[in-house]
Amino acid sequence: MESLMMILVGVLVAVGTYLVLSRNLIRVILGTAVLSHAVHLLILTMGGLKKGAVPLLSQSDGPFTDALPQALILTAIVISFATTAFLLVLAYRTFKTNGSDDLQELRGMPDE
Amino acid sequence: MNNLIVLPLIIPIITAVILVFLREQIVLQRIISLITMIFITIITVLLLNNVHTEGIIRLDFSGWLPPFGILFVADSFALLLVLTASVVTTFCLFYAFSMIGERHERMFFYPFVLFLIAGVNGSFLTGDIFNLFVCFEVMLLASYVLIALGGERRQLRESLKYVLINVVASWMFLIALAFLYGTVKTLNMAHIAVRVAEAGQDPLLTTVAILFLIVFSLKAGLLLFFWLPGSYEVPPTVVQALFAALLTKVGIYALIRTFTLMFPLNQDITHTIIGVMAGLTLILGCMGALAGRDIYSIATYNVIIGVGFILIGLAVGTEAAMTGAIYYLIHDMLAKALLFLLVGMMFYVSGESVVKKMSGLIQNYPLFGWIYFLVLLALAGIPPLSGFVGKVLIGQGAIENGSYMLLALGFASSIIILYSLLRIFLASFFGETTISFEDKKPIPKGAYVSFILLAVSIIYVGVGAETIAVFVKDAAKTLMNPSIYIDAILKG
Repeated sequence: MESLMMILVGVLVAVGTYLVLSRNLIRVILGTAVLSHAVHLLILTMGGLKKGAVPLLSQSDGPFTDALPQALILTAIVISFATTAFLLVLAYRTFKTNGSDDLQELRGMPDE
Repeated sequence: MNNLIVLPLIIPIITAVILVFLREQIVLQRIISLITMIFITIITVLLLNNVHTEGIIRLDFSGWLPPFGILFVADSFALLLVLTASVVTTFCLFYAFSMIGERHERMFFYPFVLFLIAGVNGSFLTGDIFNLFVCFEVMLLASYVLIALGGERRQLRESLKYVLINVVASWMFLIALAFLYGTVKTLNMAHIAVRVAEAGQDPLLTTVAILFLIVFSLKAGLLLFFWLPGSYEVPPTVVQALFAALLTKVGIYALIRTFTLMFPLNQDITHTIIGVMAGLTLILGCMGALAGRDIYSIATYNVIIGVGFILIGLAVGTEAAMTGAIYYLIHDMLAKALLFLLVGMMFYVSGESVVKKMSGLIQNYPLFGWIYFLVLLALAGIPPLSGFVGKVLIGQGAIENGSYMLLALGFASSIIILYSLLRIFLASFFGETTISFEDKKPIPKGAYVSFILLAVSIIYVGVGAETIAVFVKDAAKTLMNPSIYIDAILKG
């Protein structure tokens, strides 16, 4: 199961990297979102997939599943959600003011 | 007493939230944010004295004992940086009061500065590596807003790149965290150090360490600084000063903490890489500073040179070099903030940013000119100003360790700094004045207040180096002997 997950992470990273490297701004932002999903799955897998019982002392007496990766992922999801939302707004404003969503055209002139 | 540790993080967040509701009361916003920063400064001084007498303090949130819960750790190194960051921000606020303009103030400028400070202080104080990531993100989100606030064409374009680079860097931080957690199964920094020492830092852990090195180098501007010159030139002056003083320094702090506490064992690989990166950063930064034609790009490349120089201290890794690195870090935060404020003011009074198009500013603004001269001397490391102690100690450490290459590069960079800043001084401050008496814009009093306060603190760190020496030495001792830190957390 772990190796299957790692392959999935690899595929997601490949897709994300492809999108990040493109010229279109909205694809780049989607790429960062895909990348963050990949890393969330990676944390889940690195913490060990479900091996034991629910980590509640009253429910069973072990061995327990490590619950920490879920907590980490939850935090990371919230953060990447906020960042992606901010990025989308910023990209929209940039598109409105600069009149382009092509990163090649957003390079800017050296003397401006 | 140890509940005080959390205040440098919690107070700015609470006041920032309150300030959001006081959007129209600009004067009230100014007063509250100033009081907040002064309050944090006082608390940090108290904590620093306490740590000096009683050793490292820690605070376990909701009573979860380490290594299980998230915790805050206050050692001298972290507190010195919190103190310097709070002092610099307090002084920069005076500049903001008179210069930032009502438009920014109404668009929540002060709340976001406070959020930035909360993130910076949290990153310095946390003892949990995932919490470090969270505090980094708090700081970065505030910085994204501050860099884009204003919404000019160029500003939006550059801030978009800044945000994208940092999103990718944070992504790599998470990858490094995942692999670290998969290998050592803990996130508490002291506990990681113990586990890494037990495993003897095998090649897998060294790879994880190098992943962290890449992440923090992106944040600190160590060799991977390609994003820095563009994005530091676009925001308003006071934001530039805060960025130059705080953001890269948090990356440097994280690097020093990671490679003295968590991964200190495989030094001939990791510290060699850091040394090479620091040397290349110095060379490239010097080339940028020499090639720059406008004051902004010269100032931003000076930030990069500073980063390279501080990390020589880490790469050399003797106690003298560490002490020097801490001194230089404090100096660099103060001096770079002042440099950026002065550069912004030069642009404000002359309307030009190209060095050759300005002339004779010192005739119109003598005090302003001499403060610039003072910063120039401090950055070049001339005694008795603040840069001197750090440079001497890092040099001493490099000689002890036989790193003559880094020593030569470090001191050659001082000369380049002197040359690049002196060029501005000679061309822009001396000579015939280009501003007629009628067109002369007065420099606001608030700006002068922050210039003078920062200049005084630069002189104080230089002349009064003995008074802060006890804390700096204590900080360096803890960094060089990670067992002090580990025992305070796991056995306390």
